[in-house]
Amino acid sequence: MGLLSDPNRRQALINLLTRLNAPICFVCYFAGVAWFMGLAFEPFTLRTYMSENAMGSTMVEERFPAGERALATGREFAAHKKKVGGMPVDWLVKTMQARGLEVFTQSFSRTLPFPDENTERYVVKGTNVYGILRAPRAPRTEALVLSAPCTPGDNNNQAVGLLLGLAHYFRNQVYWAKDIIFLVNEHDLIGMQAWLEGYHHTNVTGMDWSPLQGRGGSIQAALSLELSSDVVTSLDIVLEGLNGQLPNLDLANLFYAFCQKIGVLCTIQGKLQRSDWDSASGYNHAVQTMMLMVMKQASGRPWGDHGLFLRYHIEAATVKGVNSFRHYKTDATTIGRLLEGMYRKLNNLLERLHQSYFFYLLPSLSHFVSIGYYMPAFGLLAVILLLRALDLWVQLSAQPSRTEDGVAGTEQSNPGVLSVLTPLVISHLTGAALYMLPVRFQEVAVEHFPVSETEAVVLTAIAVYTAGLALPHNTHRYPDAVTLHHMGWRVLKLVALLYLAVLLGCTAVINFSLGFILALTLVPAAAYVTPHVPKALSAFFLVALSPACTLLFSVFFFQELQEMPVSFQDGWLLYLSVIAQGMLDHYLYGSLVFPLVALLVYPCWLLFWNILFWK
Amino acid sequence: MAAHRCRYLACLLLLFLSVILVTMSQETTLGHEQHATAVDDPQTGAETKQTAEKPTVEEKRWEETKVKATTQASDTAVLSKTQVNEDFQEELVIRPLHSGDIYASFQFRTVWETDFMKGNKVSHYRLFPKSLGQVISKFSVRELHISFTQGYWRTMQWGQPFIPSPPGAELWVWFQDSVTDVDATWKELTNVLSGIFCASLNFIDSTNTLQPSASFKPLGIGNETDHRFLRYATLPREIVCTENLTPWKKLLPCGSKAGLAVLLKSEKLFHSSFHSQSVHIRPVCQDRQCKSSSWELRQALNVVFDLHTSGQSKREWSLFKMFSRTLTEACPLASSSKIYIDVTDNPQEEQFELSPATPLLSQAVVLGDRRTFSVYDLTQQVTFGTVRSLNLMIRWKSSEGDMLRPLLHAERYVTGYGLQTGEIHTLMYNNHPFRSFPVLLLDSVPWYLRLYIHTLKVISKGKDNNPSYIHYQPSKDRERPHLLEMLLQLPPHSVTEVTVQFERALLKWTEYTPDPNHGFYVGSSVISSLVPSTVAMETNITMEQPLFSSFFPCKEESSYFARVYTEPLLVNLPTPDFSMPYNVICLTCTVVAVGYGSLYNLLTRSFQVEEPNPGLAKRIANVIRRMRGVPPL
Repeated sequence: MGLLSDPNRRQALINLLTRLNAPICFVCYFAGVAWFMGLAFEPFTLRTYMSENAMGSTMVEERFPAGERALATGREFAAHKKKVGGMPVDWLVKTMQARGLEVFTQSFSRTLPFPDENTERYVVKGTNVYGILRAPRAPRTEALVLSAPCTPGDNNNQAVGLLLGLAHYFRNQVYWAKDIIFLVNEHDLIGMQAWLEGYHHTNVTGMDWSPLQGRGGSIQAALSLELSSDVVTSLDIVLEGLNGQLPNLDLANLFYAFCQKIGVLCTIQGKLQRSDWDSASGYNHAVQTMMLMVMKQASGRPWGDHGLFLRYHIEAATVKGVNSFRHYKTDATTIGRLLEGMYRKLNNLLERLHQSYFFYLLPSLSHFVSIGYYMPAFGLLAVILLLRALDLWVQLSAQPSRTEDGVAGTEQSNPGVLSVLTPLVISHLTGAALYMLPVRFQEVAVEHFPVSETEAVVLTAIAVYTAGLALPHNTHRYPDAVTLHHMGWRVLKLVALLYLAVLLGCTAVINFSLGFILALTLVPAAAYVTPHVPKALSAFFLVALSPACTLLFSVFFFQELQEMPVSFQDGWLLYLSVIAQGMLDHYLYGSLVFPLVALLVYPCWLLFWNILFWK
Repeated sequence: MAAHRCRYLACLLLLFLSVILVTMSQETTLGHEQHATAVDDPQTGAETKQTAEKPTVEEKRWEETKVKATTQASDTAVLSKTQVNEDFQEELVIRPLHSGDIYASFQFRTVWETDFMKGNKVSHYRLFPKSLGQVISKFSVRELHISFTQGYWRTMQWGQPFIPSPPGAELWVWFQDSVTDVDATWKELTNVLSGIFCASLNFIDSTNTLQPSASFKPLGIGNETDHRFLRYATLPREIVCTENLTPWKKLLPCGSKAGLAVLLKSEKLFHSSFHSQSVHIRPVCQDRQCKSSSWELRQALNVVFDLHTSGQSKREWSLFKMFSRTLTEACPLASSSKIYIDVTDNPQEEQFELSPATPLLSQAVVLGDRRTFSVYDLTQQVTFGTVRSLNLMIRWKSSEGDMLRPLLHAERYVTGYGLQTGEIHTLMYNNHPFRSFPVLLLDSVPWYLRLYIHTLKVISKGKDNNPSYIHYQPSKDRERPHLLEMLLQLPPHSVTEVTVQFERALLKWTEYTPDPNHGFYVGSSVISSLVPSTVAMETNITMEQPLFSSFFPCKEESSYFARVYTEPLLVNLPTPDFSMPYNVICLTCTVVAVGYGSLYNLLTRSFQVEEPNPGLAKRIANVIRRMRGVPPL
């Protein structure tokens, strides 16, 4: 530690860091990106393995026989659904009761802050039906959940049929140690949100629901089933939940293990695993899978009904049946057996799933990247901010040393602090406006412009966002001394850099993907911007790297990854609907991405915008 | 005002006590028809005398419970005045439930006219188990109630049980007032019982022991109600299995060799939805005058068999199907051995069909409801028929019924998310259409859930419901649990919600259980209540009964004592990752070495300006100057 205490060597280190600052930053940036891309390369990743002892060696037999009958029940369900024109509550109650379950219903209603044009919802009213299979000789302390959404149209009837078939079969078994709750939720996520809030008696989003009558204790794990065809070619598992939360990796391992055992094709992100990792296309495939996971996680949306369970520390995943043109098909009995096996193993759990990783990325179902491997990629990006901050700090501390006059120095620095505080406050107020105004003023906007409510909200948001760019030019009109002028933007940039570093660091710990994507775009902008660069070009550069444009690029990139490229026109429409969805996710389910961007990331970016136009 | 409230409370408690006694005693009561056949079928020797005499007493009691209004002092047990001062009875009650399940309740009762206390060492045991007798005399036990339960009693589907018990193990003991150090005696007693019943009762310590002030009153004779001599504890985690059943069966005079106990085969008893076994010891009156007392040992076993998991397509039950045994004889040591089948809902055999049929019928008011039972007396050879074995069959005719609406039921759950705070909700339902009734709620919460008692809210029908009595004992960390007792009035047709917030404590790392991520258990709340009886609810009296008894709708049976247990809770506490210590040690060592070391170095090092090194000539000159005594250059 002589390095710190020896002024000469310290000076040498600082000199090195300041002189080579720009090259080091470049190296760090590219190293970070390269590291991240390397994560998908198979030799660099670990094979998945079952950590939970209770699920590993214990053997279970799958004997579910009644796939055909389950499909018949599904068809009956479809007929009743069509007849009622929605959820056939009475029929479900009767059917579940006939299967020996304790059946309860929950009604809920929710008025959305603005109409959801994707699913055409505004005022939502519905009923959830759930039946509890009481485990014999268990004191109602633990439960597992199997849910299937009741979607309008012809979707998902098979899922409900299979759920009822499994309920019938499970009811006749003696080995259950945990209550099993079979839930059919209406209006997919909204119904699920109502049910979970009712079950845990919380109210985070201001929804109206009737209290639940029956409970099964603390829920240990949950699966949500989506199945729209009688036979499937493969099963897809969806893990990404609200705010980028993921279930314990053991749940994914369990699914993978049973797919292997029973011989069902399984996919993640809709992509089959490939064995040719050493070829370029194989690597490309793994990168695509991982990037899809990163994009989905970064969005902070629940990507299936399971996503809302994660808030309550319940490990959950959605299992989707996919029916493509592949020749090899899997019937409902086999899917039933797979689910039976999974539930029997979950039933064997002594403790809730906690042994394996909660923070991971999956380039394929058999390989994973743990937090220890992916965090350095982010770290390399974040260190750039710190290096730039160090550089500025050295420059700032070098300047006052020239004056050598302590009293005068402090008096001079006072307006400096003020000049930093003003843009900080103004940019945050803009952020607050971006957060509040769109939903508050939708009626006003609809009155004055020929747009629908949803368009009004999205366009107001974009308008506020753009207006924010014009604001900060006027923040420092008072006469500055020349030295102070030079100091002023440096202090502001130092503050902004540290602010961004802390912000991105915290985000990356909670939701790595979001943090990484933001860092990828914001870090170059933050590192590069000074008042002395060519204005027009830099402004364009800065806007292109702003959060809104990041989102726009992400939309196109995501479509590209999903092999569904869109034209610019469609992409723009998609972009608008993504903004609306992001806001709805916040108001309906409590997703934090919209407030994070509006209240923190955008103001932080505005500070850099401010530096560029510093006079 | 306060005095008034106290008096009210005292009255209520007295009423509780007395009603328990009455309900308990009624279970053993037999009907007229029973008496008639018993007399018709004479037997030999002293037994005739006994059987003939007993029903007379019982008949008298039957009349009495109907007419008598308030003067039920303490005539619990009715003993035949024979020369034998020890008596053993066994019975099995089978109640077919609406859901298609079946409820079987065994009760074995040994009554012994002896005194364990007066210094004279009891050394000769006949029917009463010696192990328990020694426990009573050594620890000066006045009353002992212990139950082991696997599963949760589903009140909504099964109605009220005859003897309620919470999931896991429950033990409550009243000591004699001669005991000086109750806590030490209790500690020792739990360890001894732990050995007798092969259960983990030794885990009962001060952190889960309570002294309820009102909820648990002595069920036997005696007017001592100083709760300093009461100890109550539950172990919600206790798992009940064969190893607990075997020692329990060994306490029976006939073991599992003869009588009803042959049915108690563990492979069937634990293939059920609910299993509960209990032992109750209490002093009871010896005769009607109650001049001397005797000890009663009641062993009860309740089991509910599940229709669905029994793997049968037909909806029918038989003794063989339930227990994989049939009955061939009564326990020779038993003075009475009977099977009761609840046929109340089945007067014309439209619900189920019972075979072999029996002419004997009996009526009793059980838990506020008048029930009719078919009776099979195992002491008579006729019962076993020509095949010399009794295999009762119940064939269901109708399909499954709806859920019941029991007058009182309760549920409890934890709300909220995250590992910092939470809220316990206790819901109590009063489904009576027009009568409100009082309940005593006993909540015990372990110390590691720190209750915020100022957040305690009692709400019924949207309004605050002020408890008329609250007894709250705050917890002490690692010493004793929270105890909250409240006397509440439940309005008719309402749900009363009791909520209290808590904070989850961070335990010391050695205090976690080996499976900390399973969660920590919070025992059941106990709700003791005087529930209005359904008999009194009936306004159209079609039942044949004496005219004088049916004029006023409100009778002595207008309410009955019921105890309801809620489900236990499983609460997650903030749990460290126990695989972390290695990482933590590495990390802290590094932090200490690098961070602290360098900081310490900077802080303690004295900085001084280094003189440039003087040349060799100068040094030599200085040496010479020092020798000369001149100051150096």
